[in-house]
Amino acid sequence: MAKELLKVKDLKQYFPIKGGMLGRTVNHVKAVDGVSFNVYEGETVSVVGESGCGKSTTGRAILRLDEPTSGEVEFDGEDLLALSKKKMRKKRKDLQVIFQDPYASINPRQTVRQILEEALDIQNVVPKAERGKKIAELMETVGLGAHQADRFPHEFSGGQRQRIGIARALSVDPKLIIADEAVSALDVSIQAQVINLMKKLQREFSLTYLFIAHDLGVVRHISDRVIVMYLGKIVEIGDTNSIFDNPQHPYTKALLSAIPVPDPEPEHKKERVILQGDVPSPIDPPTGCRFHTRCPFATDKCKVDVPELRSEDYMKEEHMAACHYQKEIEAGTHTAKY
Amino acid sequence: MAETTDILVEEPILEVRNLQTSFFTEKFEVKAVDGVNFAVPKGKTLGIVGESGSGKSITSLSILRLIKNPGKIKGGEIIFKGENLLDKTESQMRQIRGNEISMIFQEPMTSLNPVYTVGQQISEAFIIHQNMSKKEAMLRSVEMLELVGIPSPKQRVKQYPHELSGGMRQRVMIAMALACDPELLIADEPTTALDVTIQAQILELMEELQDRLGMSTIMITHDLGVVAETCDYVAVMYMGKVVEYATVKDLFKNPKHPYTVGLLNSLPRHDIDLGEEDLTVIQGSVPAPDQIPEGCRFAPRCPFASDICQERLPHLEQSEDGNQIRCWIYTDEWDGDPEVNVNGKRTS
Amino acid sequence: MFTFIVRRIIQTIPVLIGVTILTFSMMHLIPGDPAQIMAGESASPDQIELMRDRLGLNDPLPVQYFDYIRGVVTGDLGNSIRSGRAVSNEVFLRLRPTIELAVYSTILSVFIGLIAGVFAAVRRGGLADSFVMIVALFGLSLPNFWLGLMLIQYLAIGIDIFGINTGWFAASGWGTWQQQVLPVLTLGTAGAAIIARMTRSSMLEVIDQDYIRTARAKGVKERVVIYRHALKNAMIPVVTVVGLQFGTLLGGAVLTESVFAINGLGRLMVDSIRARDFPIVQGGVLIFALLFVFVNIIVDVLYKFLNKRIDLN
Repeated sequence: MAKELLKVKDLKQYFPIKGGMLGRTVNHVKAVDGVSFNVYEGETVSVVGESGCGKSTTGRAILRLDEPTSGEVEFDGEDLLALSKKKMRKKRKDLQVIFQDPYASINPRQTVRQILEEALDIQNVVPKAERGKKIAELMETVGLGAHQADRFPHEFSGGQRQRIGIARALSVDPKLIIADEAVSALDVSIQAQVINLMKKLQREFSLTYLFIAHDLGVVRHISDRVIVMYLGKIVEIGDTNSIFDNPQHPYTKALLSAIPVPDPEPEHKKERVILQGDVPSPIDPPTGCRFHTRCPFATDKCKVDVPELRSEDYMKEEHMAACHYQKEIEAGTHTAKY
Repeated sequence: MAETTDILVEEPILEVRNLQTSFFTEKFEVKAVDGVNFAVPKGKTLGIVGESGSGKSITSLSILRLIKNPGKIKGGEIIFKGENLLDKTESQMRQIRGNEISMIFQEPMTSLNPVYTVGQQISEAFIIHQNMSKKEAMLRSVEMLELVGIPSPKQRVKQYPHELSGGMRQRVMIAMALACDPELLIADEPTTALDVTIQAQILELMEELQDRLGMSTIMITHDLGVVAETCDYVAVMYMGKVVEYATVKDLFKNPKHPYTVGLLNSLPRHDIDLGEEDLTVIQGSVPAPDQIPEGCRFAPRCPFASDICQERLPHLEQSEDGNQIRCWIYTDEWDGDPEVNVNGKRTS
Repeated sequence: MFTFIVRRIIQTIPVLIGVTILTFSMMHLIPGDPAQIMAGESASPDQIELMRDRLGLNDPLPVQYFDYIRGVVTGDLGNSIRSGRAVSNEVFLRLRPTIELAVYSTILSVFIGLIAGVFAAVRRGGLADSFVMIVALFGLSLPNFWLGLMLIQYLAIGIDIFGINTGWFAASGWGTWQQQVLPVLTLGTAGAAIIARMTRSSMLEVIDQDYIRTARAKGVKERVVIYRHALKNAMIPVVTVVGLQFGTLLGGAVLTESVFAINGLGRLMVDSIRARDFPIVQGGVLIFALLFVFVNIIVDVLYKFLNKRIDLN
């Protein structure tokens, strides 16, 4: 079995809400509430879920872009949360991030060459004399052509800018790349190009990806394993095909069934589960199973008991879901209310 | 051979013929909509699909004549119930907007006025078009909220947009658009900003309301899944032109234009396991507006392009089945590989 | 809303403490010995010592400060050196014309500023837009005493044009409308210019918003789109500017009152500074500061009222 590159244990991220007469902290947004998972070297793990589920917050907490409230983050055998700010900055060489809008995270007044030079300079991994060559290599690697290095970001299209973001992340030879909605803003035809590029780079540089996304088509295509989050908690985790072909948690099922399929006459017409209502507020999440307010299978037990992630004997190894009735639903002995 | 402008659709409620809308910058003219033709059959849904810059949203705004400076509708006809909307006066247009033709927009978060209550905003449509009193209009607004499935509508009607979730706001937008029982509803990416479970709710609601109220719909989207599930006909747009117009079944079963084929192939699907296989991509990107290709707009990115494609723009031509295609491959003048199979690489 | 107002008032307490510390320190920051100044140039050392004792200047500073605060709270701001009358009386007598001047000027500048700003925004990039903005720039750049003098020259003293004398208004005093027009115009011009510019840029931003497009798509008349849907949103940042503008206005009132010989608080202060009547100056500054704080509370409440997006608690 491959090495565990990233271990996240019981990660919590609460954001305080100020209010009242004196502006005290009156409550918390429990954006991430006890999340644990591992990422093995060389694999792609996707974190999926709808807005407010805490998937991006998880990524930011791992990078310590926001300091997590509690929990453990072990990266390559080292406790990231114990590092000093300075050491953490050095460590970021190994953990790079690509955002949804590359334009927002690059300085528009710098040329691509300056952007890459700066990245190389900060981490100081390549000798000064060889940087020109390295930059030319990077540009070719991400499919931009070395001759474009002296242009400014605004001269590139959205897809090309995302390639610049990837080049910058790659420049310091990272071990893990956290891609936060990295292809979400791109048009389908460009998105496919960037996805293919990311897969190619993974093979060439044996990269590990933590891929945060809401588009499940993209996720199925790119991931080895998938984590499904709902209201700050993991509801299901498993290898990609298990999650997509044999989802166990009622939320995962509803999520998958809600995606419109680009096929007006599908071979097997699927049963669509339309969830009622909106996602509740993460300030006062529902008791028990957080999904019970929208779940067609919920019982009184779900309102009280918090379900743990667990596997059943018919499920693949490492495929776990957090539903009290997953076995009964699978067997058909527990049916939906609507 | 002439450009096809007659579209063989029974009883179209709306026909767009050779519509041209441009934006004028100091240096050049951006032809956002460059000779667009399509028809919306009565009671049906037409999908207009395309990527950013295809001109699909500008087309929809042009229909209601909501194009702002420096944009201008340069030519063409928009025939609604037998009359050309481009010949109407501004005050006649106002009678049509929100009354006979309504529109829903992409961003429910920003499309409602933050300083007025939901009820005030829905009421306005009734007050303008049906001369209702404020009180009467407010009562009807509550009914509309109920119609679009908003719980406790009597309380919600007094709330401000920021007090509602994105899905609820889009329901309010729908309530507002349907208030005066329009004959045509234009939905511009109505679910793009929403989460997928909320999108499913909204699409179901729209379908149900269409069945009940019998209006025709134009669904503008970039999501081929949404098209497949909600539309009867589809127009695929690329760089300001319709490249393919077909029934939904034909388009997905047998796409003809290389761009349509490319779009379908580059879409990663959650219900199909590609294994380690790469996605089939469309090479390159959409050219800048000042570098419009002379021939077929898609030629620089088309894997099948031959000489004629680089030189001359193909017409939108109609085949026997009523579908339309803008591509040299399907004409007598095709000078490339006679055995070309556009659809050969499709994976599903 | 009530909680908000209460909280807003509580929040002004530190500001008020700051203001009183500042006015209190004025006595100690002025060059020379306050007792000497109070007692007059020709006072004997004994008289100065008596004065020092009367003023409590021999007490430790904190004690002096609390004495001062006690005075402020009970309305005892000391006595004027020149007249010997209570400062509070002197100041309150003069307050009315100043407040009237400031309020009328504010109304004028909001009125003109909003209309001009909306007018320019709707005609963005056009000739009318450029014209309004150039006039606003002039209005902003004209020193207000100069504008006052010019107005007196041409509209009070007057010139003859085609046999008509333009001396329609009074050049000094406060009371009749003929006396009020020119000072209000003088003081309101800069504010009108600032508000016009602010309204214009705010309107331009709002006009591009999605909800304006929604309103048009509903079939709303363009006039209603601008005045109902856009202006109410555009007003939100403008209101803040009006509040801040009020402070500038009070400062401007000092000059304007001098130019037009209005017996207001501003003129009283100028005269008192000249006469080194420090208790009056101290009281005047305190009143100005209180007015400013009070107006900004009103502005904040108005702001919340307009901006529904802000949670009141």
